[in-house]
This record gives sequence, C-alpha cells and structure tokens, in this order.
Amino acid sequence: MTPLIEVRGLCFRYEDGTAALRGVDFRLDPGETVVLFGPNGSGKTTFVLHLNGLLSGEGTVRVCGLPVDKRNIPEIRRKVGIVFQDSDSQLFMPTVLEDVAFGLLNRGFDRAAAISRAQAALATVGMSAAASRAPYHLSAGEKKRVAVAGIVAMEPEVLVLDEPTASLDPPGQRSLAELVSHLPQAKILVTHDIPFALALCQRAVFFQGGVIAAEGTVEDIVSRFDWDFSFGGSKLRH
Amino acid sequence: MHHVVLDRWSRGNSPVHRRDPRAKILALAVFLIAVATAHRALLLLAPGLLLLLAATLIWARLPLAGVLARAAVVVPFAGVFALISGLAGDPARGLSLMAKSYLSALAVLVVGATTPLPALLRGFEMTGVPRFLLIVGQFLYRYLFVISEEAQHMRKAAAARGAAARDWMARDLRFRAAAGALGVLFARSHARAEDIHRAMLSRGFVGHFQPLEPIRFRRSDAAFAVLASLAPILVRIAVERAAR
Amino acid sequence: MYTVHIPDGFLSTPVWVSLDAAAAPAVAWMSRRAQRGFDQAQAPLLGVMGAFVFAAQMVNFPVGAGTTGHLLGGALLAMTLGPVSASVVMTGILAIQALVFQDGGLLALGANVVNMAVLGVLAGYLPYALWGGTRWRKVSIFAGGALSVLVSAVLALSELLFSGVRMPASVLSVSLVLFLVSAVLEGAITLAVLESLERLQPRLVRQPEAGGSRAVGVVAVVAVLLASVGVLFASSAPDAIQQITHQSAAGTGTWLSKSGAGLAGIALIYGACLAIGRVASRNRSA
Ligand SMILES: Nc1ncnc2c1ncn2[C@@H]1O[C@H](COP(=O)(O)OP(=O)(O)OP(=O)(O)O)[C@@H](O)[C@H]1O
Ligand SMILES: [Mg+2]
Repeated sequence: MTPLIEVRGLCFRYEDGTAALRGVDFRLDPGETVVLFGPNGSGKTTFVLHLNGLLSGEGTVRVCGLPVDKRNIPEIRRKVGIVFQDSDSQLFMPTVLEDVAFGLLNRGFDRAAAISRAQAALATVGMSAAASRAPYHLSAGEKKRVAVAGIVAMEPEVLVLDEPTASLDPPGQRSLAELVSHLPQAKILVTHDIPFALALCQRAVFFQGGVIAAEGTVEDIVSRFDWDFSFGGSKLRH
Repeated sequence: MHHVVLDRWSRGNSPVHRRDPRAKILALAVFLIAVATAHRALLLLAPGLLLLLAATLIWARLPLAGVLARAAVVVPFAGVFALISGLAGDPARGLSLMAKSYLSALAVLVVGATTPLPALLRGFEMTGVPRFLLIVGQFLYRYLFVISEEAQHMRKAAAARGAAARDWMARDLRFRAAAGALGVLFARSHARAEDIHRAMLSRGFVGHFQPLEPIRFRRSDAAFAVLASLAPILVRIAVERAAR
Repeated sequence: MYTVHIPDGFLSTPVWVSLDAAAAPAVAWMSRRAQRGFDQAQAPLLGVMGAFVFAAQMVNFPVGAGTTGHLLGGALLAMTLGPVSASVVMTGILAIQALVFQDGGLLALGANVVNMAVLGVLAGYLPYALWGGTRWRKVSIFAGGALSVLVSAVLALSELLFSGVRMPASVLSVSLVLFLVSAVLEGAITLAVLESLERLQPRLVRQPEAGGSRAVGVVAVVAVLLASVGVLFASSAPDAIQQITHQSAAGTGTWLSKSGAGLAGIALIYGACLAIGRVASRNRSA
C-alpha cells in the first residue's frame, strides 16, 4: 500500500535563519487520522505548509507517491486540502458562496458546476443559509465551517486542519468535531485540544524543536509529555 | 463604526437595492454632473434634488434621518470654505459650495447604502477602472474589518497602560509608543497578507480572480437607469426655466 | 491631521474634468506595473496594506497643546512597498474613502488621486530614493513624509484657487502654516514608524536601489516643482487668479472658458510629466 503522505528527513529554515524543521519523518496511510501535538513554535504549521508545496525545504515529501515539486504542485494541491489556522486569512472573497467556489473555479469548473458543488459543500457543513452573506459578518464557528466547506468542496484525499478549534467555544468545538468525524478523508489535525483529538484520532505524533520527538496512541503521548492542561495534570501530582 | 453601519444598510432588500450596480452608477454620474455644472437658481435646485434623493431613500426603506445626518460629514470642511468665501465678499459661492458638496456626498451615500461594496466595485469595471485596482479595493474593504479591529485592541491596550502613565509620561515617549504600535500593526498586516496569499495558492490560485456570477442587466435595470438619470436633468431644467 | 480631500462641488468643471482625465491613464499604467504583468497575486498585499493605513488613523500621536495627529501613510508605503505599489494602494484608499466614508468627492477623485496617490507618493519617495542609502538616511525619511503631505496639500490648494474658490491672503497664509505643521508631523511619524518596523522586521523596509527608476524620479521632481510653483502662485497672486476667472466667467458665461487658462496649465504640465516619465522609462529599458 502506498502511503498517502510520506516525509523523509525534512529540514526547513526561514529567511531570517530560524531553523523551524530539523529532520522530520512522517507517514500517513489511507483512512487514517493523525493528530500533531507540540508546543508553540515547534514547527507544526511549518510542517503542514510543506504538504502542498507552500514551503519547500530539504528532504523528500511525497503525496500519493508523487514528489512535491514544481511539476506536480497543481496535482498535489488538489489532493491535499489545508484549513488554515486563521479563518479570516482563508475567507477573502466577498461572499461565502464565492469563497467556497474559489478553488473550484481555479480548477476549471464552469460557473454552474462550481456553484452547485459549493452549495453541496455548504450543506455538508450546515451553512447553506449563509451562502450570500459576507464572511466578516459570521461568528468564529461559522467562519471555520465555511473554511472547511471551501476545502471539502474540492474533494481532496487528505484533509489537514491547523488548530481548527482554537477560537471556538465548547459547543462550537463539539459540533466541529462531529462535523469533521463524518468527513470521509484521511486527516491530519494540528491541535492542542485533547478531547477533540481523542474523539477523532487513532495516532498522535509529538513535535518538539522542529523534529518529531515521539509517536503513539493519543493517550500514550498525552501522558508521556504531560500534555494535558487541566489542573489534574500528572506533573502537579508528582 | 461608519463602514459597519453602511455595510448593514447596503445588504437590505428593496427595489433600489436589487438594481444592477451599473444602473445606479450611471444615474449617480448624471446626478453628480448635474450638480457640479449647475450655476443658476441653486436656491431652488438644491431642495429639488434633495427631495429626489430623499424619495429614493424612502423607496429603499433606509432610515432617512440617519442617512441625511451621515452625509453631513462634508459640512465642517465645506462650512469653513463657505465662511471664508463669505468673508471674502462672495456669500453666494459659499452657499453653493455647501449645497453642492452636501448633495453630492448624499448621492454617493445613497448608492453606497443600497449596493454592497463588492457589487459596486464590480459595477465600476464597466467604467474602465482597471480590474486589478478593483480587486485591491475589494481586499482593502474586506480586511478593513479585520485590521481595524486589531488596531482597536492595540489602542485599548495602549490606553489601559497609558491611563496611569499619561500624566507623567513625556510626550516623546508616548509618540514612540504610538510609533511602536504602528510598527507592530504594519508587520502583522504584512504577515496577514502572506497568509492570505498562501491560502489562495493552496486552493489552486492561477493568477487571476474569476467572478462567480455574471451581473445581469435586466429590463427593470434599464428602466431604472433611464428614469433615475432623467430625473435630476428634468428637475434642473424645470428649476432653471422657472427661475428665468 | 490636516489633509485636503476635495469634496465634489468645490472644483470648477474644467479642473475636475482634466484631472480625472489625467488620473485615469496614470492609474491604469500604475496598476499594470504593480500587478507585474497579469498576475493578480499582489492584490491581497496591496489591499491589506491599504486597510492598515485606514486602521492606522485610529492610533493617535501626541502633537502638543492637547492636539493629536495620525499617520497619512503615502511616504511610508512608498518606502516599504515601492512607489508604484504605494500609489495603487493610495488610489484604492481614496476610492474607498469617497465611496464609503464620503471623504472626498467622486468627480473630484481624479484630483485627489493626482494630489495624494500619484504626485504626493512620488514626491514622498524622492528624498528616500536619492539619499536613503547615504548617511542622510534619517533626514531623507523625514523629508519624504513631509514632502508627500506638502506637495498634496499645495496642489489641492492651487486647484481650489484655480476653481475660483476665494481665499483672502490671511487665510492662505494660515493654511500654508497648517500644511507645514502637518508636513513636519507626517515626517516625524513616518520616521518613527519606519524605525520601529526596521527593528521588528528589517526585510519589510525597502532599501533604495542605487540609481532608482529614472521615470519615477523625473515625475517626482516635477511634482515637487509643480507644488513649489503652486505655493508661489497661491501666495503671491491669488487676486490675479480670481480676476482671470471672474472675467472669463462674466464674459461668455460658458463653463468651458471659465478658469480655462490656469487649468490648461495644470493639465499641460501634468501631461508633460507623464510623457517625460514614459520616455525616460522607455530609454531605460531600451
Ligand atoms: N514567516 C516566518 N519567518 C520566520 N520565522 C518563522 C515564520 N513563521 C514561523 N517562524 C518560526 O518557525 C518556528 C516554527 O513555527 P510554527 O508556526 O511552525 O510553529 P507551530 O508549531 O505551528 O506553533 P503554534 O502552536 O504557535 O502555531 C517558530 O520558531 C517560529 O517563530
Ligand atoms: Mg501553528
């Protein structure tokens, strides 16, 4: 079985010299959902940006067997859909429907097909009623749903969500988890939200200082790195 | 904030809201030119045109007093010049400056309050405005909501810190603090733009934005364009005849 | 703190018509340049930075005597995004200000664009382009901020005078003093913000390229000259302008002849700038 995503020895340095990734190895199999844990600044977002060629460092990144290079980039961006951390940066079109249709039009769908697919995606995330609204009038939870719709509409094979629950209230987090768990794609979740990860993921990896320091089950990683922010956390008890 | 109120008005539903933006732009242009080139009988013409705009506002189901008050933002500027003209012995010109600038501002406001800005910008494409500039305008308007909120947070934070410090903090220090805040805001805005660009690329952006729905010019739009363009001309002709 | 966004109703018809006519090709050319061929990928950057300039108005700078001022931004944008992109951003700002905030007229948009987005921005970039790389760097940043405001304001003032708006000499001198104060303030703010930005993220500040674009330089020099001529004109002979305009208005009564001479002057000079700029840029690329 070819893995959906295979990363070997990935290193990346930002222009200002920050070494954000220092040799990452990673693999995602079809149907799998993996969570990326790790402290702020450990390189999770930087890593994710490599998965559809938005950044390119040293080492190899393969998506469905295709190496991420100039020639394959359109194909790879079709296969890997990223929901970015900040919804306001993702929702830049004047209306919700136009935003969800943005990727479809880029892919060459004609207007009618793009509209009907966009509407279907909005229905999937439960935002059909907002189609003609402006993104800046939506709540944080609604924005996130629309952002997810914009990616789901393109039917990627891998769905990457970068801190999707960060600005949501608890009911919003729960309903987003519900929504995401029903999407059929293989998923990579970047999150600090443990219940969310427990509900959705089988496997967890832990980023630290630009490398994957450990991997295992979600419970395993949480307890090993004391990765639970509730005051019952193990460190307090020790 | 002003743009939030206007944005809410512009998303209303009325026969005026539903008209094609191009029809409204045409009518607006005719109105503005009719005002700008008028020299005679302004004392009669101005109330006539004001009535026309007020009627449009009522038709558009917008709060009359609210819109009329909002257009008054030009009054301080125009008032200063009117006063100067009056002092310089030309009160008639002073009055004309006031009347013309207020009417023009109100007319633009009526169109802005009945047309969402993105639609209005698309309407301007027909007047030959470069598409790139219109897209820049669209992003500008979209992120006005985001960046001005960030600026407001920063101002509040600065005010909270400054409240205690205000009395003793030297002006120079406060000046530097403000400059530091703007430096941060600039860097954040720039990073925001980079994020947006990445989000565009990741959804397969190929170098140009495609509009989703072609705006359609219906018969009712044509009728509106003709009537709304004729109205100020007719008012002006009637008034100038009567004044003779 | 003191800018002139000319509303509709202030400029005489020949003045706004010719300035619209002058602004249109200038804006078209700059949009083409700023978008680098036909790729619209620059649009978000320019739009977001426009939103920044708007938002920056909420941050007050203490001036003294209880008053405050705020950043106007033309020169700052020129020193970070480059003069051409800065002009496009400022044009977008002026358009949104006219459409959404009723700040400046729509027929007068051409005039405001010429004053602030085109000539103001270029004049603001000029000192930086010339001395930004020398030990006079700080001075050049300050001068750029100041010059951008001064040039815009004086151009606006002369357009108003050409349109027959009467101003007694005393009012004129008061305005010129106010312009100078705002110019100094914009210079100081531009310098302070640019320095703080340089500490945070030096890569966002553009280093002036040696030589610079000659086309831009020529237009900028002419803009400064134009504004200085405007000052002399406005301060020495306001009554003369009024006499010309009043005579022609009384004479034939047609709006075409009204204040024709002065206006044709501005249009001609501006056209010349544009033409010289074009030729210069062609020579450079040849
Ligand atoms: N555009 C950039 N330029 C320079 N350095 C950057 C840039 N973006 C991120 N970095 C740095 O790279 C490192 C990794 O950042 P990254 O955003 O990938 O972390 P993260 O794990 O996603 O953190 P968070 O949980 O805060 O989102 C950090 O040290 C960060 O400061
Ligand atoms: Mg991150």
